[in-house]
Order: sequence, then C-alpha cells, then structure tokens
Amino acid sequence: MLRIEKTIVQKSVILQLIGEVDASNSVELDDAIQTLVQEDAKSILVDGTGLEYISSAGLGVFMSYLEEFEEKQIVLVIFGLSDKVQQVFHILGLDQLINIKETKEEALEVVYAK
Amino acid sequence: MQNKLRLYCDTQQLAELRLFLNDFLITTPLPEIEQHQVTLAVEEVCANLIIHSHDCNSTEFIELSARQSEEGLIFEIKDYGVAFNLLEYKEPELSRVIKEKRKGGLGIILVKKIMDKIEFESSETENTCRLFKNLKSK
Repeated sequence: MLRIEKTIVQKSVILQLIGEVDASNSVELDDAIQTLVQEDAKSILVDGTGLEYISSAGLGVFMSYLEEFEEKQIVLVIFGLSDKVQQVFHILGLDQLINIKETKEEALEVVYAK
Repeated sequence: MQNKLRLYCDTQQLAELRLFLNDFLITTPLPEIEQHQVTLAVEEVCANLIIHSHDCNSTEFIELSARQSEEGLIFEIKDYGVAFNLLEYKEPELSRVIKEKRKGGLGIILVKKIMDKIEFESSETENTCRLFKNLKSK
C-alpha cells in the first residue's frame, strides 16, 4: 500500500510517501512527479519518513527524471529515509546522484541555497 | 525448516510475498538491515518473472521456497514461463539508465549486489533460480 500526500511549503512541494513502493504501484509515484513537472514545480522534496520499503520499480522512477530535472533546473531532495531504506539507495549508488538529507529543515536549506 | 509460497503472477501479490519473506527471515539470525535487503532481492527476481516471463497473467504462478542451511539462507524460485537467466543478463550502467530514462534494469543490479551466490537452471518445463545469502556476512 502506498499513499502519496502533497503539501506546499513556501515555494516547495513536499511529496510524502507513506507505505511501500513496489512494481504494483510505482506508477502512482511516477504520476505524482509527472504532475509536479507539468505544474512547473521548481523544487520537489520527497518526505521519506513514512516510506517503509522501495523496490527498484520506485527507485527507477526517480532515476528516470534525473535528466529532465537537470534540464529544467528542478531541485529534488529526498529526506527522512530510514536506515534500511537509505541503504538501498546506497547499494545502487543513488545517494551519489540524488540529494538525500536527514531532516526536512536540511532539505529546505538545499532549496533556499539555490 | 522449509517455507513455501505459491505466488500468482500479479504484482499485487508482491506485498504478500514480502510478508512471507519477513515471517521467514525473522526466524533467522540475519541482521535486520540485511533482512530488508534480502527481501528486496528476492522480490526483484519474483517481480521480474511475474512481469516479464509471465506477462502478469494472474492465472499463472511461480513458486518460492526459503530455507536455512548451515552456511546460510537459500531461496529457490521456480517458474514455468520463458526462461530468464539473470546470470547471463548484462545489467546496464547507471549512466545509461539515466540517459535512456529507463525504469528497469536496476533490480538485477540489486540482486547481484545483495546476494552472495546465484544459480540458474532451466529444463523444458521449468526454470529454477536459486539465491544464496551467507550467514557470516562478507
């Protein structure tokens, strides 16, 4: 089960992922990000505090947007990942490609620094 | 100790697969963070088979068994579809995954990084993939 909640803090959109992302629902994550891109979001913060699990299907969604984010200068920051979930990003080396922070405050700082 | 699960080829079943794996792994001495990784690796193989070898046909199924031996944990996955030998699969470079905006290919990288040994056998009627995780971790 995955629930995605969207909130706006100043000019940043926070996507909160609650539950598990796998091959059955990664399309929901894809749609949520696609919508933000279409709405011209300039910074996307992903709140992973409620994310219990993510498989390659979900990780692949993030990967598939990295180039477009760079072209459109969209800042992506993921924060609040549990150790076990963060470890999965690390195994693939995605923590080198995606900005990952511990807290929302740190994530917002990245956006403000832009 | 042996645990078996018949998994119908529908990605909605993956949550059930994780419950099965968690129930098994919790009985093993594997550290929690590695239990999570092993769950992920086994799910990646099963998801591949469900999606690519069985086209998400929910009347078809794959079979998983999990057991602990002296050396470690052994997961055996049998399927009856088009053989997919992940040992022969050349996983993409991450840079290519990004460039081509492909959403696949990462799963096999995870499996190979997480598991200690992978075996694959194929006969006329079935394919067997065996994943091993050592208990004395690398």
